Amino acid sequence: MARSEPEGVGRRKFLREAAAGAAGAAGMAGGAGATGTAESAPAQHDHDHDHQAVPDDIALRVRALESILVEKEMIDPADLDAVVDAYENRIGPRNGAQVVARAWTDSEYKARLLADGTAAIAEFGFTGAQGEHMVVVENTPEVHNLVVCTLCSCYPWPTLGLPPVWYKSAPYRARAVIEPRAVLREFGVELPDDVEVRVWDSTAEIRYLVLPERPAGTEGLTEEQLVELVTRDSMIGVARVAAP
Amino acid sequence: MNGIHDMGGMDGLGPVEPEADEPVFHETWEGRVYALGRSIARWGRGRNWGSFRFALESLPPADYLRMSYYERWFTVHVNRLLGSDLVTREELDSGYADASRPPPELLPPSTTRGLGSGLLDIEVAARFGPDDEVRARNLHPRGHTRLPRYTRGRRGTVIRDNGVYALQDTDENGQRLGDSPQHVYTVRFGAQELWGDRASARDSVYVDLWEDYLDPA
Repeated sequence: MARSEPEGVGRRKFLREAAAGAAGAAGMAGGAGATGTAESAPAQHDHDHDHQAVPDDIALRVRALESILVEKEMIDPADLDAVVDAYENRIGPRNGAQVVARAWTDSEYKARLLADGTAAIAEFGFTGAQGEHMVVVENTPEVHNLVVCTLCSCYPWPTLGLPPVWYKSAPYRARAVIEPRAVLREFGVELPDDVEVRVWDSTAEIRYLVLPERPAGTEGLTEEQLVELVTRDSMIGVARVAAP
Repeated sequence: MNGIHDMGGMDGLGPVEPEADEPVFHETWEGRVYALGRSIARWGRGRNWGSFRFALESLPPADYLRMSYYERWFTVHVNRLLGSDLVTREELDSGYADASRPPPELLPPSTTRGLGSGLLDIEVAARFGPDDEVRARNLHPRGHTRLPRYTRGRRGTVIRDNGVYALQDTDENGQRLGDSPQHVYTVRFGAQELWGDRASARDSVYVDLWEDYLDPA
């Protein structure tokens, strides 16, 4: 079909270059109208060969939507920049690692953490969306805890950031509740039969953080050194913390 | 709704595939979509956008499985903006805002503004308490619910009362059924109660359930 008028092709080339180029977000401001895009329904509108070279059509469609909303003054791209920056650079599992290391080195803090996770975590200033109601569950030689959200992707953002793809994926959501031991084995955690597995399905508004076991041989480490050992996966419960 | 999103206990979906050193967003557009959701929320006031979760759950199952996580989010954002006539299909196709259209208006919040989400400082009598034996009701609502299919009809034990929260369930159009503030309990289900002898007798699944989902056992 030949509906792709020259203007459309030109726009698309512009976009392809833009999408391939620098981070994209910044250039969206200003609403100059230069950041249009081709299709939102590629199956019906895709006529020319350019599309083959643009596998990330979704990237173009997102740019188009953002650009339109900016032109309409419905959103401020700086707000989007700030949210992306927060989760890329500030709110992540290093927060949770600090909580864990404190609990390992301060028994009074640990008691507070297990009694009222929300308040104890707030002592670090880690509060806000998806961390309003925190429960911390402790792994021991007898009990292993594992966190999942079978219905969607609930996860404690202030302490762990946004969840990894595997946590949101169908296989993890499906399997964690019915065969947690098999899932754990794939993550490299082999549990003896006499260890009890507790799976926490985050179906309501409580978010869970696992307090992993402190590895043997770390008695001489400082709290700051311990922070470096604690991984995201250990706080979801799919991994142990390895000794250095 | 008995949708594809309610995945607990399904087989055949493949292995869990962790990615080493995974970035927070794999592509720039993913971050934009995530952040867009927050920025456009105020435009949904007074426009009956309904539950975001229900909108995700209502995607056709084959699409739900095929799409990536943020693709699903993007699809819902677009559907809502189109549905409220805040953006037109023509604008999305051209990539330009149509200057001849009147500028969008922010609407006041609905007069029947609900309690939203989050722990409520409201006194409501608790029907259950720790150690009570309960049975998840055999409910199959057409709207959004937080009662996973795998728990329905199963017997468990209340281990904690988490306080009072507004019910988040919706009707079949994604509109909240009403606040119905009530206690949310953490209920422990023995793994074999849920999965028979495929599971270990030692293991349990803990699920946070609104009181309306439970009967005494």
